[in-house]
Amino acid sequence: MSKMLQLPLRSRQQWASIALQAALVVVIGGLAYGAFINAADNLAKAHIASGFRFWDNTAGFDISQTLIGYSPSTSTFGRAFWVGLLNTLLVASLGIVLATALGFTIGIARLSRNWLVARLAGGYVELIRNVPLLLQILFWYNAVLKSLPDLHSSISISGGAFLNNRGLFLPRPEFADKFDYVAAALVFGIVATLAVRIWARRRQERTGQPPRTLSFAFGLIVVLPLLVFFAAGAPLSFSFPEVGRFNIRGGTEILPEFAALLVALTIYTAAFIAEVVRAGILAVSQGQTEAAQALGLRSGSTLRLVVVPQAMRVIVPPLTSQYLNLIKNSSLAVAIGYPDLVQVFAGSVLNITGQAVEVIAITMAVYLFLSLVTSLLMNLYGRTVGIVER
Amino acid sequence: MTNPSSGTDGEKTGWAVEISALNKWYGDFHVLRDINLTVARGERIVICGPSGGGKSTMLRCINRLEDWQRGRVVVDGKDLTDDPKQILAVRRDVGMVFQQFNLFPHLTVLENCTLAPIWVRHMPKKDAEELAMRFLRRVRIPEQAQKYPVRLSGGQQQRVAIARALCMSPNIMLFDEPTSALDPEMVKEVLDTMVELAGDGITMLVVTHEMGFARQVADRIIFMAEGQIVEINEPKAFFEHPQHERTRLFLQQILH
Repeated sequence: MSKMLQLPLRSRQQWASIALQAALVVVIGGLAYGAFINAADNLAKAHIASGFRFWDNTAGFDISQTLIGYSPSTSTFGRAFWVGLLNTLLVASLGIVLATALGFTIGIARLSRNWLVARLAGGYVELIRNVPLLLQILFWYNAVLKSLPDLHSSISISGGAFLNNRGLFLPRPEFADKFDYVAAALVFGIVATLAVRIWARRRQERTGQPPRTLSFAFGLIVVLPLLVFFAAGAPLSFSFPEVGRFNIRGGTEILPEFAALLVALTIYTAAFIAEVVRAGILAVSQGQTEAAQALGLRSGSTLRLVVVPQAMRVIVPPLTSQYLNLIKNSSLAVAIGYPDLVQVFAGSVLNITGQAVEVIAITMAVYLFLSLVTSLLMNLYGRTVGIVER
Repeated sequence: MTNPSSGTDGEKTGWAVEISALNKWYGDFHVLRDINLTVARGERIVICGPSGGGKSTMLRCINRLEDWQRGRVVVDGKDLTDDPKQILAVRRDVGMVFQQFNLFPHLTVLENCTLAPIWVRHMPKKDAEELAMRFLRRVRIPEQAQKYPVRLSGGQQQRVAIARALCMSPNIMLFDEPTSALDPEMVKEVLDTMVELAGDGITMLVVTHEMGFARQVADRIIFMAEGQIVEINEPKAFFEHPQHERTRLFLQQILH
C-alpha cells in the first residue's frame, strides 16, 4: 500500500530517467536480436551448419604438442579442443609459478641497499614492461630460438640432450613398475613433512622451542624417496634422443614455440609482479621494521612475522590481476604457432568447420571460466593472509 | 615488578649506558657532535631540547636503530659494534617505545605482546600469554587483549606498546617522545604508566617535552641542541638555575 502511495511522489526527473533507461534496454535488445537473426540468416545462406554437432566430427589436422593421446585421422574436434586447452593450461600454470618466483626476486632486489643490484632490477623492470609482449614473444622465438643451429649441427648437452632450432630434446624417463614405491615414498614424505610441521608448531606453543623443520623436510622429501629408489633397484631408465638423418628419434621434446612463449610470458609478467611486490613492501611503514628490530627479532623473523604478512594484503589483489593477464596473454601463442586453445580451436577448428559463433563463444567462455577460477582461488588465499583488523 | 637486571652476563662496567665521543653525520649534516654520557643502572634520564637537536637520534643509537660514524656506545657492558650478535643481544634487553606506537596492525593486542617472548625468548605460548596479561593488567587494559590495535585509542595503543616492551623484561627502557602523537586528554594516562614504571627502578631514558614528568621523575635532565649536550643537571637546578643561555631561552619558551 505505502509503496503505491509513494509512486506519484516520484519527481518528474526520476520518471524521465526511468523512461530513458527503458528505451535504452529496448534499443539494445532490438540490436542484439537483429544481429542474431542476421547471423543465422547469413550462416544458412552460406550453408554453414550451426549448433554443436561438429564436436564429434573427425578433426583431420595434426597438432605439434599433445599432452593427451591425439591422432589426426581418428580424433574429434572435441579432442582437439581438450588438447589445446591443456596446452594453454600448461604454459599458463608454469608461467604463473615462474613469473611469481622471478617477480618476487626482482621486486625485493629493487629494494636492495646494494646499488648495483637495485639498479639492475630497476633496469629490468623498465626495459621489459615498456616493450610490447607480442614483440618479446617474436624476439625469443625468431631471434633466439630459431637462430639456434639446425638438426645436423645440434648442440649436444651432457646427459644426452640435444638443442637445435627444432627444440630441446631431452632423455625421456621410463618408469618400471617398482617405481610406484618411490612415488609412494615421495607422497608419504610430503604428508609426513606437513605432519612434522604441525607437530613442531604445537611443540613451540608447549615448550617455546622454535620450529626448525627444514632438515626434517629434506630428509623426508629428498633422502627417503632416494633410499627407496635404490632399495627398489633403481627402477628407472631413460630413452635417449638420437640424431637421425631427418629428425631426432626417441627422448622427449620441448618445442621452441612452447619455450619462447613461456620465457616471454614469464619475463614480461615478472616485471609487473616485481612492481606489485615492491609497492606492497614499501606500503609497510619503516616503523614496523624498527619496532620488530627493537624487540630483538632477527631480520629474517622481522620479514616473515611482521613485514610480509602486512605486505601480502596489499600484494594479493594486484597479483591476481597479473595472473589473469598472463592467462589471457598466453593466447598470443598464435603469433608463433604454439598450439594453445586459441591456435588449435579458435584457429584450426574454426577455419575447418566455419562455425565462428560457436567456436568463439566456447573459447571466450573457457577464458572467462579460467579467469573466474583463478580470481576465486586468489580471493580465498587473500582471505587467509588478509587482516581482520576492524 | 622489580628491576629484572641480572648481573649474569659477563663483564659489567657498572653503567647501564656509556656513550663516548659519539659523532654522526647525515651527509654533510652533523647530527651528533661529540656526545659523552654515562647512565647509571636504575637512573631516570629525561632528554629535552628543540626539535632537530639530535635527541631522538642519540636515543636510537642506544639500541642501534641508528648507525654512527665515530665514537662508542656500550650498553649493559656490551660494546655495540657492527657484530649483529652484539646488536641483537643489546636489543633483547633494551625496550623501546615510539612516538607513533608502531604496534603490529595484523596481530591482536595479546599477540603484539607475545610475539617477541615466543620468537626471541623461546617461551611456551601459554607462559608468554600469562606474562603478556600480567603487563596488560599493569597498564590497565587487560580487557582489550583480543582486539586489534586499530580498535584502541591512541593512549591505549601507547600503553600496549609499553606492555609489549616490558614483556621482554628489559633492563633499560627508551621512550622516544611517547606522548607527542597523542590527543591532549590521553597524555596523562600514558605519563601515569611511565611514572609507575619509574617507581620500579628500571633504567629509563625519555625524550619528551613534558616538563611536569621530568620534574617528578627524572634523576637528571639533559638539554640537547644542535647535536650537542648543552647541559646536564638535576631537575631542581635545571629548572631554577639553568647554566646556559640556550637552556634558559628554551625553558622560557616551553614553560611560557
